[in-house]
Amino acid sequence: MAETHTAKRPLSPHLQIYRPMLTMMMSIMHRITGSALYFGIILLVWWLTAAAISADYFAIMQAFFGHWFGKLVLFGFTWALLHHMLGGLRHLLWDTGHGFKLSTIEWLARLNLASSIILTLVLWLGVYWVRGTL
Amino acid sequence: MKTPLGMVRGLGSAKTGTEHWWLQRVTAIANIPLVIFVIVFILWHLGADRAALMASVKHPLIAIALAMSFLSILWHMRLGMQVIIEDYVHGRWRIVCLLGNVFFTIALGIAALYAILSLSFGA
Repeated sequence: MAETHTAKRPLSPHLQIYRPMLTMMMSIMHRITGSALYFGIILLVWWLTAAAISADYFAIMQAFFGHWFGKLVLFGFTWALLHHMLGGLRHLLWDTGHGFKLSTIEWLARLNLASSIILTLVLWLGVYWVRGTL
Repeated sequence: MKTPLGMVRGLGSAKTGTEHWWLQRVTAIANIPLVIFVIVFILWHLGADRAALMASVKHPLIAIALAMSFLSILWHMRLGMQVIIEDYVHGRWRIVCLLGNVFFTIALGIAALYAILSLSFGA
């Protein structure tokens, strides 16, 4: 195994070669949102565990999410979650062998981005409307 | 002398690829309703005190839905992060990251299940 990698053969060009395109960015965003959610869920488990430990500890977590910064984190978390979920729906569609026309792919990318933002706003406004506060 | 291509030629598939791909899809589909439930659950309990949260989790359907959510989401997370690690991490750190991924997701899952059961059955 020591003599491997001695022959340099051409590899396919990497990301920085290509002009950035929306579909490419959406592919990268799927990974970025997935990774962000991967670590973001720590806060969610922490929140539940704090409630299991004591009322005081839970109050501290609630104070964090009541602060504007905590709300911003939660808002970002809901957007990332919805964006990743809608991106996943595109992948499920492609898994069935449909939606590979270039114009469809482009259209789906735009729809994904727009609906993730709209759904996040609708969800937060909906909760605000039902609860009367945030 | 061997090229990277020559090293993998004739070895066939990575053996567990289909199962990995399939479970990623199974958990993805399960996550659709579960994730919506979790988002609503969190936003619903913004500013709530422990008693109010407990009252919610005491309902069997809420506790079961929460437990299912964490199992499916964390499983999906482990599969997804494994692919990211295999794509970007090379050398000795790869196995460290792969192990860390397994331990991290299982630890979070057990913590979440403990919290749900504790809130659901506790006083």
